Amino acid sequence: MIYLTRKIEFSASHLYHNPAFSAEENRRVFGKCNNPHGHGHNYVLEVTVAGTPDPNTGMVLDLKELKEILQREIIERMDHRFLNYEVPELAGQIPTCENIAAVIWNLLDPKITKGTLHRVRLYETPDLFVDCYGDSDSSLENAQESVWENEGGAR
Amino acid sequence: MRIHLSRRYSFAASHRLHNPRLSAEQNQRIYGKCNNPYGHGHNYVVEVTVSGRVDPATGMVAHLGKLDEFVAREVLETFDHKNLNEEIATFRERVPTTENLCIEIYNRLRAFPGARLERVRLEETSLNTFEYFGERQGSR
Repeated sequence: MIYLTRKIEFSASHLYHNPAFSAEENRRVFGKCNNPHGHGHNYVLEVTVAGTPDPNTGMVLDLKELKEILQREIIERMDHRFLNYEVPELAGQIPTCENIAAVIWNLLDPKITKGTLHRVRLYETPDLFVDCYGDSDSSLENAQESVWENEGGAR
Repeated sequence: MRIHLSRRYSFAASHRLHNPRLSAEQNQRIYGKCNNPYGHGHNYVVEVTVSGRVDPATGMVAHLGKLDEFVAREVLETFDHKNLNEEIATFRERVPTTENLCIEIYNRLRAFPGARLERVRLEETSLNTFEYFGERQGSR
């Protein structure tokens, strides 16, 4: 199995605000991210596709094809946008790195037809990033849970 | 959705790699210049990865402010600008290699109440990196 990663960047603004919270609660939970005018980041996105190289081309998938998918699905949708107001997939959600990564996973997963989407890594800043692995290996997660519990018991 | 959140922090500390149960010559052979009796220092970068469910009310796996406070209290304030051999109790018994430091940091962070600790990745320099996932199997 080969893991192939392509990186792109986009710049966007957002703010964190939950309408179910009071103004005071919003400020307490989200701090300066609750500034009503929003603020922005240069997001860096790393998309990793897993697969076996095609014997005819030596490629898991054509990087040019992946570049076009990322351009169409992510750059055109999110670059230089206000994520709260201009990206319908995020409507009703707080546009945290966690939620944006999950939206990106859901946008890309059906479009990657050669190999399988393995990981979406989204950097909000160089010191803060999120990895999304989708739901694909929930069996692994369950296995981890049981090992975790056993280990906890032994401690 | 399986989501992992990672945050990077840094601290500076000194250490000396020396095992008192070995001879001076053995220490010199194994640890080389890291055995220099006066020690030396690094700018360590620690990358902490936690996982959990994304809270729909906040959109977060873990509250960053709380994670930052916890890491500052448990790790950064303890290790920053310290001599690991002289000032950290566990390294009176164990050689403060970055392997052992990575495990020590993992053990200190394991109690974070807001999410599950998945991994500690510790950069000793930009060229040397160590990762510890705990003793779980298949934790990647």
